[in-house]
Amino acid sequence: MSKRYEMRFAGSGGQGVILASVIMAEAAVIEGLRTVQSQAYGPEARGGVSKAETVLSRDAIWYSKVTKPNFLLALTQASLDTYSKTLAEGAVVMIDDSLSLPAGLDPKQVIAAPILRSAREKVGKAFTANIVAVGAINAALGIFSDEVLLEAVKRHIPAGTEEINKKALACGKELISAEQAAAFAQTIE
Amino acid sequence: MPSDLIHQYMRIDHLPQIWCPGCGNGTIMRDVAVAIEQLIDDPEYDFDRDDFVIVSGIGCSSRAAGYLDFNSIHTTHGRAIAFASGIKFANPKLNVIVLTGDGDCSAIGGNHLIHAARRNLGLTVVAFNNDIYGMTGGQYSPTTPNGDKATTAPYGNVDRPFDIALLAAGAGASFAARGDVFHARETTEIIRQAILHKGFSIVDVYSICPTYYGRKNKKGDAVEMLKWQKENLIPTNRWYTMSEEERVGKKLIGILSRNDYPEYTEEYAKIIEQCRKKK
Amino acid sequence: MSKAVLMQGNEAAVEGAIAAGMRFFAGYPITPSTEIAEQSALRLPQVGGHFLQMEDELASIAAVLGASAAGVKAMTATSGPGFSLMQENIGYGVMAEIPCVIVDVQRAGPSTGLPTSPSQGDYMQARWGTHGDHPVIALSPSSVRETYTLIIRAFNLAEKYRTPVIFLMDEIVGHMREGVELPRESELIINHRKMSFHDGANKQCYFVPEGEYVPAMKPFGQGERYNITGLAHDSSGFPTNSTEIAGKLFTRLLDKVEKNVNDIVRIEEYAMDDAETAIVCFGGTTRAVMSAILEARAQGKKVGMFRPITVWPFPEQQLRARLPQLKNILMVEHNHGQMLLEVQRTVGGALPVDFLGRIDGTVISPADILAKLNEMEENCHAQ
Repeated sequence: MSKRYEMRFAGSGGQGVILASVIMAEAAVIEGLRTVQSQAYGPEARGGVSKAETVLSRDAIWYSKVTKPNFLLALTQASLDTYSKTLAEGAVVMIDDSLSLPAGLDPKQVIAAPILRSAREKVGKAFTANIVAVGAINAALGIFSDEVLLEAVKRHIPAGTEEINKKALACGKELISAEQAAAFAQTIE
Repeated sequence: MPSDLIHQYMRIDHLPQIWCPGCGNGTIMRDVAVAIEQLIDDPEYDFDRDDFVIVSGIGCSSRAAGYLDFNSIHTTHGRAIAFASGIKFANPKLNVIVLTGDGDCSAIGGNHLIHAARRNLGLTVVAFNNDIYGMTGGQYSPTTPNGDKATTAPYGNVDRPFDIALLAAGAGASFAARGDVFHARETTEIIRQAILHKGFSIVDVYSICPTYYGRKNKKGDAVEMLKWQKENLIPTNRWYTMSEEERVGKKLIGILSRNDYPEYTEEYAKIIEQCRKKK
Repeated sequence: MSKAVLMQGNEAAVEGAIAAGMRFFAGYPITPSTEIAEQSALRLPQVGGHFLQMEDELASIAAVLGASAAGVKAMTATSGPGFSLMQENIGYGVMAEIPCVIVDVQRAGPSTGLPTSPSQGDYMQARWGTHGDHPVIALSPSSVRETYTLIIRAFNLAEKYRTPVIFLMDEIVGHMREGVELPRESELIINHRKMSFHDGANKQCYFVPEGEYVPAMKPFGQGERYNITGLAHDSSGFPTNSTEIAGKLFTRLLDKVEKNVNDIVRIEEYAMDDAETAIVCFGGTTRAVMSAILEARAQGKKVGMFRPITVWPFPEQQLRARLPQLKNILMVEHNHGQMLLEVQRTVGGALPVDFLGRIDGTVISPADILAKLNEMEENCHAQ
């Protein structure tokens, strides 16, 4: 039986963490993996903590929710504080480097990257932070090829925004060093 | 002997109708049948009898759908306009005529009335407005005048009434008119115009209910009530010759507002066409 | 690259409905069903269909019935509060025998409740929501792909039996995205209502031949002038006060579902061949149940799943057939015990029936189910 790889994406409403989660699921579909994606909706998603989840596997995925994520993306302090408490053993945590690490989180499992700042300054649009994050996540975990990830992004962005999103993906990729990529690489068994 | 009209456009097997002696509803139903007959017979137009659909809700008025020999659907209380919206939108070539009452279209169905008017969906609504809930035995309705009596207003009605035609016009109806039982010829012509009108049209036809409203409010018998209509409801041609003082306490029978706002199904057809071209 | 596409449950409901021939949608936005209205608004004009956002759910179901009477396959979608508003006209659809599909993406709690949280609290409302004795067909999907194929079946049953069919979804499946490979168009079976034309205006539009249960339908505006009413009516479609005729009509309406349960009812079983414990579940709850059963089987427990896909009528024959091999049954559902009542009725005291439910808007997890199975085992030993 193949293991489930559980990913959680958290931030505040409007940061696009749901789309980041959807893009990872789309990449899985393109790759021929099984995937289930879901999210928390409602008042929670309007400015408060927003949460989305993607499960990857080579086998059928039954239970659709994430209980102990193997990967966590946190873009706000509140979401980091909330969701860093329920991680799987050896989970990889990617955070915006403006956040401070909560007690109990091993710095060795954390990738702190300037996701929000890079979107603002290097890509030039704050709203591309989620795509920057996707680029960084994939560079660190190495689950999908660049081509698959780009195709997944293309399926979920409005026509005419390909260039800026490509730039955001590349920018995200650059945030991850070769050492980090080697240390955090994952395979979906 | 039933007239040609009855033979032609009414379901004789289901007559006589259930309305009380003196009720105005039979006259309004006849006006609707005559208006449709005139359109079908008129060589200027291409109206097919089978393209007419009569939709009604619940109440005295709404029994009319069963007597008229067209496609007819007697729906639930208040929802006639909503059912009609579905029929018209699903098959825009149909001429959909809603026969409803004051309670049906302005109380329980008031929301559907104003929204169909706002959309300007091409329905024709004929409200049989008798100022009372007749089927349930004489409770006050949204058009019962303030101070009048009903079984649920034994001390006089505290509510203020709606003017259905003005309500619909205010909601955006592109054709709003008033008719009555006494002025049958004028009312028939107004209904004919309403059916010809492309967008949403409403004719608020003042009926008479001698059995409940009349008796409760000492309005006399059917003849007395018709006399009141004759004296107080004034067709357009006469209305405009009257002075302001002469108009006090009287109401205009005729078309109150008419314009050519775009009709909903035609506008939506453009969207379908646009999508088809994109493919 | 695989042929699979990433699709949300609510989106699959629309795509399946369009594949089934749905060309009219009327609805009112309500979480967690709103994506169904949004996707219908986008897709219907592309296939020549019509989308209408109504002023409320009372209007939505009425417009859907009107459109269907006019000959177009029609659907609406809502959640609990809107489903409550639709009940009167669901009964009208049953009485006037107008096919349509009503999607209810359930939310948690009574009243406004928890709009974004999973629940299966409308199970009994789907059966008994509208007044009077009446038949109901309700189907409940447990995955995105099944949402697509099962809503086609919902339309097929609606058309075949001329009755509203309730498509009982939940937030788990409605808001979930999965990679799905959709069936090819040539693999789909699409039914249409039996039509009758030009056998004489006003004549016997509700006539049912001996031994049959469903009258052929005539559309409006195609040369048939007949009457539709929600009053008790005779076979010509006109109101009747005859208690004999009314009684026969009401009985036929019930019979057309009850006498055809074998055609209507579908279930799924997993690992039931040697199961001593059956977990009964439906809809989105199936996901946690399947995970728990795989784990329990790995631990050597003889547990299987019995899942009604047709949730109304309840598949009592099929469940009863499993009783001789079973020691006990566990009902798992996101409510306070609604399908539980049907299971208990079917079992009739022959076996212990345990229950695991949840009504706080959170999801039952495989761990919860495994813990419950352990508890049941301990109770067994204690006895």
